[in-house]
Amino acid sequence: MADQVGATNLRSLWRVFRRNRMALVGLFMLGAMIFTAVFAPQIAPHDPDEVIRISIDDIYAKPGANHLLGTDDAGRDVLSNFIYGARVSLTVGFFAAAISVFIGATVGIFAGFYGGRVENLLMRFTDIMLVIPDLPLAIVLVALTKPRLSNIIIVIGILGWTGTARLIRSQTLAVKQRKFVLRARAIGAGNWHIIRRHIFPLVLPLIVVNTVLAISLAILAESTLSFIGLGDPTTLSWGQMLNYAFGRGAMSSGALWALITPGLGIVWVVLACTLLGQGLEQMLNPRTEWHHLSVGAEMVDREQIARHAAMREEASLGAAPTGSPASG
Amino acid sequence: MNRSRVLARRIAWALFTLLFVVVLNFFLFRVLPGDPARAGIRDPRLTREAQEAIRVRFGLDKPVINCFESLNPVKLGSCEVNPFETQFFIYIGNLLKGDLGISYHLNQPVADILRARLWNTVLLIGAGQILAIILGMGLGIAAAWKARTAIDYLALLGSLMAWSLPTFWLGIILLFWGSTDLGLPIGGKLTAGGSATNMVDEWIDLGRHMILPTLTYTIVFLGEYMLIMRSTLLDVLSEDYILTAKAKGLSTFQILKDHALQNAMLPMVTLIALNLGFTVAGAIQIESVFSWPGLGGAIYEAVVRRDYPMLQGAFLWIAIAVIAANLIADLLYSTLDPRVEAG
Repeated sequence: MADQVGATNLRSLWRVFRRNRMALVGLFMLGAMIFTAVFAPQIAPHDPDEVIRISIDDIYAKPGANHLLGTDDAGRDVLSNFIYGARVSLTVGFFAAAISVFIGATVGIFAGFYGGRVENLLMRFTDIMLVIPDLPLAIVLVALTKPRLSNIIIVIGILGWTGTARLIRSQTLAVKQRKFVLRARAIGAGNWHIIRRHIFPLVLPLIVVNTVLAISLAILAESTLSFIGLGDPTTLSWGQMLNYAFGRGAMSSGALWALITPGLGIVWVVLACTLLGQGLEQMLNPRTEWHHLSVGAEMVDREQIARHAAMREEASLGAAPTGSPASG
Repeated sequence: MNRSRVLARRIAWALFTLLFVVVLNFFLFRVLPGDPARAGIRDPRLTREAQEAIRVRFGLDKPVINCFESLNPVKLGSCEVNPFETQFFIYIGNLLKGDLGISYHLNQPVADILRARLWNTVLLIGAGQILAIILGMGLGIAAAWKARTAIDYLALLGSLMAWSLPTFWLGIILLFWGSTDLGLPIGGKLTAGGSATNMVDEWIDLGRHMILPTLTYTIVFLGEYMLIMRSTLLDVLSEDYILTAKAKGLSTFQILKDHALQNAMLPMVTLIALNLGFTVAGAIQIESVFSWPGLGGAIYEAVVRRDYPMLQGAFLWIAIAVIAANLIADLLYSTLDPRVEAG
């Protein structure tokens, strides 16, 4: 019985999802890249670990039959590096996003649910972290620890949770006031039970949207850190490929293929996550509005990035970026 | 709550954040495994006396903080040390004197280097921000007004694309294109060797160096401003008073100019303030790609050369700048929107 209900819900969810073109395109793009990453050994024309004997002609060789997208500064196949790079970039994206959304959701739910001193403390801390610029702090943290992939994931994860925390908190505040929560409390349900059974399921969709967007931010962050020279030297992410190409003469050799290919991968995944996240956000908050200067009489579909919804949220919270206590 | 109390509380909060950053900045560089000074001293080629001399020179012979010889809790030091002779208080004292230490690489005071570079960053960010705000708002207004038309969809698609671009990558592509096809300089602020003899030539030279970095900056930030402008304006335009204005027979231009835009400005101000952190991230990437001698470039060079005093100093300056800018935006916001004061 319960399974049936679950299946119906999933099916109806899919029905709604299918109609959102943006989300579909995003999901397809993300799926394609995940497929590429998983089946990298089958897809890539060259093995990244293969022993190669390079001559001077192999360095930044033009795209040709053997190397569809040319070679890089070490004479390696750019296309293969790109395909294997998807593994690194997606791994960082997923794990860092998981960490930051976990922290953000926990902070947000606890702050929103318990209120009072707990909320004050958590949200003030969130405000401080929100003001401190992420990238410089990430640079300092990675520069002072070893540039291992795990370190980079942790650093991106522990710096990226503030936006999620604020969003989840306000959603929790709204849910907390709902009748069934008050009823559950009235019949003696404990805090933990209410959070787990009533608050969490209603906050979950927002968490999912945030995770999708966090993935794109994490991938951008990783590529930036790698480009600055703080990437894991033992792995070749897209950012690392760009770092090597830019730092080792791809520019002066005119090796545009080594510069463009990795960047396109980043754009692809970030765009996919943005489309998917935005589409999901639309499904959660279906708003059909029109305005008085509309060209046609038809209803205006509201298209907006979930991130931008976050901005609006901020604005409605009292618009105090430095976080005056009153806005918390 | 009255105005001055709100003001005082905001400033106090900004100062507290600042203090947090200062403490964080001190301890990060002392505690994390990559501790610069210690790593440098452990060079086996140095004699014991030389190592000791460096320790004294950098004040590392003093306890990190009172009662803690090192931050290893097992090796608790004595508490009899004068707290003002600990590394932490010496660091704070130096900060108050504006002393950020000596750059390993350039062998000059970090504060002097950063001061010279601050204005370059302000120049670059300022130009880029102004362009991005003007263009973004213009596109946003056009998209909202012509909602659900080809203009709207094109603008939306464009801003989504712009948002997905890694800043440094866009910079690289523009640099490649600009330096080969347009013959623009590949980096820096002025042509080295200074062929310019008079002011005008120098300004033209500066302008040519600024085109590509400013363009990169503008493209990256344009999309977001456009999106927020569009959605806010859509909100405002569906308010009833717009219908009233329309019923009065005002032209579309008049309605947009006198009735809609003013109310749509508030979220823009918030966004600009919230974007300051991203602004810094953008500056670091753009200055790295274009070798622009600003604060962001300083961070990049500090990382590449493992110049830790420089990294520490640049991080502090950037954090202070962002905190200050946030505070200003915050105060500005409460002036623009009197309702905020109630909160």
